[in-house]
Amino acid sequence: MSTIASTAGSAPVEVPAQDPLPLAARVRRNLTSRTASVIALIIAILWTVPTFGLFISSIRSESNIKTSGWWMWFTHPEFTLDNYRGVLSSSGDVNLSAFFINSIVITIPSVLFPLAFGALAAYALSWMEWKGRDWTFILIFALQIVPIQMALIPLLRLFSKGLDVGGLTLLPALHLVGAQKFATVWVAHSAFGLPLCIFLFHNFMSDLPRELMEAARVDGADHARIFRSIVLPLIVPALASFGIFQFLWVWNDLLVALIFAGGTPQTAPLTVQLAEMAGSRGQDWQLLTAGAFISIAVPIAVFLSLQRYFVRGLLAGGLKG
Amino acid sequence: MSETAQKFLMLGYGVAAFAVVVGVILLVADFAPKRGREKVQTGLFIGPAMLLLIAGLIVPAIRTTILSFKDSFGQKWVGFDNYVWLFSNEDIRAVLRNTAIWVVLAPFAATAIGLLYAILIDRSRFESAYKALVFMPMAISMVGASIIWRFVYDYSETGNQQIGLLNEILVSLGFSPHPFVTDPPWNTVFLIVILIWIQAGFAMVVTSAAIKNIPMDMIEAARIDGVNPFQMFFRITLPSIRSSVVVVYITILITTLKVFDIVRTMSGGTFQASVIANEMYDQVFVQNQDGQGFALAVFLFLLVIPVVIYQVRMLRRQRLEAR
Repeated sequence: MSTIASTAGSAPVEVPAQDPLPLAARVRRNLTSRTASVIALIIAILWTVPTFGLFISSIRSESNIKTSGWWMWFTHPEFTLDNYRGVLSSSGDVNLSAFFINSIVITIPSVLFPLAFGALAAYALSWMEWKGRDWTFILIFALQIVPIQMALIPLLRLFSKGLDVGGLTLLPALHLVGAQKFATVWVAHSAFGLPLCIFLFHNFMSDLPRELMEAARVDGADHARIFRSIVLPLIVPALASFGIFQFLWVWNDLLVALIFAGGTPQTAPLTVQLAEMAGSRGQDWQLLTAGAFISIAVPIAVFLSLQRYFVRGLLAGGLKG
Repeated sequence: MSETAQKFLMLGYGVAAFAVVVGVILLVADFAPKRGREKVQTGLFIGPAMLLLIAGLIVPAIRTTILSFKDSFGQKWVGFDNYVWLFSNEDIRAVLRNTAIWVVLAPFAATAIGLLYAILIDRSRFESAYKALVFMPMAISMVGASIIWRFVYDYSETGNQQIGLLNEILVSLGFSPHPFVTDPPWNTVFLIVILIWIQAGFAMVVTSAAIKNIPMDMIEAARIDGVNPFQMFFRITLPSIRSSVVVVYITILITTLKVFDIVRTMSGGTFQASVIANEMYDQVFVQNQDGQGFALAVFLFLLVIPVVIYQVRMLRRQRLEAR
């Protein structure tokens, strides 16, 4: 049995007695697979150690973090939650809980809106017949790749200054204060996330069997009905995978948040505050460790529990713009 | 009302607005008059998304292009002045050079490492655990990743206790410590390593799935012919998964072109490590040179146009084949 296990590439049908390879070839294959395992192990360790170091640092005391490397923890183990208290309690040095709430308030609508509008649009692009459909799809596909840098600042000014076309006010200047500013972040994230969303959903929907749609049409169902009772239940996995995508994108975003939400505890999400701390309080290592770990704990939890859907979304292809 | 309560109230408004909008769309679609119902439904389905895309992406992008030909107040036309500045200014040339280094190194290295790892762990006993470890950085924000890597790159002068892992290794091997983040031009390369660390997992997952789709009998046949691992890779594996590798490479290429968070968090673009996206932010929000910032954005867009054209051609070919 051990030979089968170590010749990792062979299919289970291959019985050792019938192995067509001569002994020398088998030995060589075992050796290559051993080298392969060692290299794989090295890469895995290299990829894990930095994150592990952050975690270990976050449970060490401030003075130790600043005076010795985190690997000293193995010879001088210790455990403290002071750093977490320092960033979470209202009496701490930096109160991240306000920013944490901002991240949640920013993320939920920024995921919901593109999900709904994207699904509707993808249905129109895959199963409704209308003039210009193919060109619209190509346009949306191309928009995936356009850098959001092209749109950020004029969109920001659109909110603050409104829109006049030939003396006609299409959109008045919005004077948003406090929590109202969240709305602009939602709009920005929804618009920027839509192209990928529509593309992914279109891929899923156009794979649905034509007979199914035609049968429903024959039964007298219109598009709205087909969308709700046939298509929607079938694309739940796609909804999940884009939902995770967009969640990670929005939760982890720095640029859009920096421009639309600003840097105050009123609206700024965790990423903005962490980037700010890394710049201005770069020497407060203990706060950075705990803060960073809190900010990455949420996406990692979501990611690990829903990894299957996330991978499926990745494989459906897509280029985020 | 406390600030927190206000925030959650706003969130409530947001979710309610979502429910109302979607509800109204579906309701109107249902009760549209029988005659012309198809047309109404089409409009309702594609309309909201198009409106959002036009107002949020297309019109702003056109405005950015127009404003790149105006002065810093967006008042006077200045022709190509902002673009001339872009190529003549010494600092900006360094920015363009850095972006070029990012684009050359990051997509290739991330794709290569991801692919290598995918091959090495293919059908090994702990494949899913192996995958999760390398894939994990994909879930971490670039800001978080940058903070993680500060503990790798941190530098203290010779003789002091090192807190950064790499310098500790250097010192224990008898070398003197190196200021990884602040010493140009190599600091750019060390920032690039962070992006490679994030993106390799993406490359690994996509190529791994492609590898699993290679027909087993093809691999077995090659094995029986006695090919060595290198021949196997270059004659069987790579040609079979070519299209996936291209998609991965292009995706990472586009991410790399727009890289902002890492540079911003690690050094804010100081120590000559700035890139186009970071410089654009600085020009508009720090220097108040809007026209120059917009020119940088347009330049970034011009850089991705070849990719857009390539992708659209691939898409049209795919759609023709599907018919």
